[in-house]
Amino acid sequence: MKALIDWLDSRTGVRDLVHEALYERIPGGSRWRYVWGSTLVFAFVTQVITGVFLWMCYSPSAQTAWESVYFIQYQMSGGWLLRGLHHFMAQAMVVLMALHLMQVVIDGAYRAPREVNFWLGLILMQIVLGLSLTGYLLPWDQKGYWATRVATNLLSIVPLVGPQLQQLVVGGADYGHLTLTRFFALHAGVLPGLLVFFLIIHVALFRRHGICTKKPERCPEMSFWPDQVLKDAVACLAVLIVVLLLVVHPLNLFMSSGGAGHAVSPLGAELGAPADSSNQYAAARPEWYFLFLFQFLKLFEGWGEQGELLGAIVIPGAVMAALFLMPLIGRWNLGHRFNIGLLFILLAGIGWLTTAAVNEDYRAKWTSDTFAEVAQVVAEIGTDPEKIASHFGNDTEKIQQFTTQLAAYEKYTKSKDYLQAVKGAEREAERIVTLASSPERIPPTGAITLLRDDPKTQGPRLFALNCASCHTFTPAASGTEEPAPAKRSTAADLAGFASRPWIAGLLNPEKIAGPEYFGNTAHREGEMAGFVKETLAGWPAEEVQNAVMALSAEAKLKSQAAADQTDAARIEAGRKLIADGDRCASCHKFHEAGELGSAPDLTDYGSREWLTGMIDDPRHKRFYREANDRMPAFAEFPHDPAKNMLSARTIALIVDWLRGEWYEPAADEPAEAKAPVEPSAAEKPAADQPPVAAPAEAAPAAGK
Amino acid sequence: MANPPPPQPFGKPSLPAGKPGGPTGKSSATSPPSSPAARRGFMVETSAVVIGGIVGLVPALSGLAVFLDPLRRKSSAEKLLRVTTLDALPDDGIPRQFAVIAEHVDAWNRSLEPVGAVYLRRNKGEATPQCLTATCPHAGCFVNYDAPTNSFKCPCHNSTFTVDGQIIEPSPSPRAMDTMECEVKDQEILVKFQNYYTGKTEKVVKE
Repeated sequence: MKALIDWLDSRTGVRDLVHEALYERIPGGSRWRYVWGSTLVFAFVTQVITGVFLWMCYSPSAQTAWESVYFIQYQMSGGWLLRGLHHFMAQAMVVLMALHLMQVVIDGAYRAPREVNFWLGLILMQIVLGLSLTGYLLPWDQKGYWATRVATNLLSIVPLVGPQLQQLVVGGADYGHLTLTRFFALHAGVLPGLLVFFLIIHVALFRRHGICTKKPERCPEMSFWPDQVLKDAVACLAVLIVVLLLVVHPLNLFMSSGGAGHAVSPLGAELGAPADSSNQYAAARPEWYFLFLFQFLKLFEGWGEQGELLGAIVIPGAVMAALFLMPLIGRWNLGHRFNIGLLFILLAGIGWLTTAAVNEDYRAKWTSDTFAEVAQVVAEIGTDPEKIASHFGNDTEKIQQFTTQLAAYEKYTKSKDYLQAVKGAEREAERIVTLASSPERIPPTGAITLLRDDPKTQGPRLFALNCASCHTFTPAASGTEEPAPAKRSTAADLAGFASRPWIAGLLNPEKIAGPEYFGNTAHREGEMAGFVKETLAGWPAEEVQNAVMALSAEAKLKSQAAADQTDAARIEAGRKLIADGDRCASCHKFHEAGELGSAPDLTDYGSREWLTGMIDDPRHKRFYREANDRMPAFAEFPHDPAKNMLSARTIALIVDWLRGEWYEPAADEPAEAKAPVEPSAAEKPAADQPPVAAPAEAAPAAGK
Repeated sequence: MANPPPPQPFGKPSLPAGKPGGPTGKSSATSPPSSPAARRGFMVETSAVVIGGIVGLVPALSGLAVFLDPLRRKSSAEKLLRVTTLDALPDDGIPRQFAVIAEHVDAWNRSLEPVGAVYLRRNKGEATPQCLTATCPHAGCFVNYDAPTNSFKCPCHNSTFTVDGQIIEPSPSPRAMDTMECEVKDQEILVKFQNYYTGKTEKVVKE
């Protein structure tokens, strides 16, 4: 062994090298306060190792970035740990950098002859921040996408070259493939390369000047090995333990910006829904250590373009310049104290701004006040100062008091909106993982297609946009957004349409003319309402229930499949009642019985095809003809789709959502990332539904 | 160095001038090329620098050309796009949000995709709607319509706008919401959808 080392040493000088590395002099002995530099090197090495392995699985393009990160996180063994380590070590690195900077400034280690090394340290800090900024975009999820949009938009306000600079960074006029390839090249190539380059000089200069010892020296001189190495190793271990705890602990809910947390898996780093330029994301926030800059920008409200420039570029630039000048300022008598003062003022400012940003977002969660009174006044008279003045009889004191309350209320509602957006984002992230984990997997067009074609996600949005100005939908389904309730419904409530409870309500003499059904329509006093109130009220309850089951079975709802099978005999009896020429079929057509012309066709009532036809054109002879009450024909021209108000795809999404038809993993499917299945609207009857709902509810469980 | 020695004009004195080859060439870096050896040395140095420069520049410049390519790319979203039908927008003065679907070109991909969203609003009796982009002119977030106060609110930095898109002070936004050209043709609403630079007092189109 010795011969081998001798041989190697004679050709490489390896002994001197090792000696040089390990036997650095440390006057005054090893100390805990010298560990920060080593922990930073450790953090960087961790990032290189985990980064290279992530690189082997990552694919930077708009159609594959999220998808490959999803695969790492949820499908590859240990992927969550690798990604979690990389994610949280990056955050630890920022904290360690701040501690290292504090230690250097407090110890005055920037003074001659170490000025250049101090400047190198600041350059390294910029590179690390650049790494975290570029890394934030790479998963191509909603949060990273929108936060990066805001960050790169700020570039465009740089005087003279701003727009060109932005276009170069973004890789074109729009965000897409080339944004990702560029950010990835920066993140995995250019910036780490620069970092290694400057780090080598930084460490070499550190060795050249020796350690800047803390006076008074407590012990005799020691060498780096083994005492200081042990202290450094223990510190690195502590860093690693903290990072591992963050990876496996739900505490990281608080660390990840936006607080969105982990939609599906409580382990590792968060992954939001895939980026979508057309889907608003109100919860976009930068990483927590950039929150102070985000908040700082808000201070320049009403300053216009100059304010942006000042807040985003000039002042942060000036602060960096002040840091660079520290070694020169430190030469004066009080310079060192000034530097320490400046550092603490900066840290306090950053702390204050970060707290303010978090408080603005989370205040609604932390207060028990719901501002009910103010909300009521605002709902009544709005926020117009004149109206407020007259509301309080021009009493200055009351107006003053109300204005203060109003300001607090507005902050409260903003925070509430934010929290709701976070919740929506969480739900969407959960949903996309459910969809991506289905046996169908992700199509080559990317995961975004899964979300855009998912009735559970799109239904509530499309309903809110196209249907909710007349129809209500209560209880709101478990989609991403609740459809805004119509101010005053002018048409039937469509929650659970064609389900047993819904039809039972329609055939309930007390309900048919109520707001949930025909109450606010032209059919309020119509023949059907009259029939239900006068004739149907006289039917035996058993028969009504059979008819309800039979009609509901026409819809072939997924949620009732088991119940329909169990109740086959009663459904058959109900079908005979409906087909009876003296009963339903006297007005309605039902399969072979009855005729079209006076009332909607009951054949396949509520089925996918029936509902699509009804939305396409309610004036069609199969439906309401001229008795149609204000409902528009959303797809009147089957042969000229461009003329239609809604595309066939949009209508299909709404229909499937109303019918509760969307992908859910089977209960016994061993999905790695199974989301809790919320009951669909159709399965969730309102509390006041008639007893007929009971068998429908009990049956699916029994049928399994 | 109170009395510096007189400058030596021709390389190191220890080496006889005119002796060809050897290390002489290197040492005459700063000397004018008046002797054959110095001239040769100068030629060697210049050639080394030029050739070294060329071999380095060719890959660097070819890379730079590709790197700067995005500067000549234009946004794919700038034509008149069909947004919705006139029937879908009642003339009640309430803004409604519509997705704008456009041909979307992302480097090597072309697809029909929602590229953004607009708010359309039609006052009583108006034939042509007013069109506002849903992107906040401050930092590019998505602006929400708030029905109770009949105003637009940005969830990111608290910019608020009237239903016409005008700024409600104080606001971090440097300008009002961006309006876009809008026309009605055959009962269809067409919008000239564009992206604008955010954070500027003037509305500048992103090309």
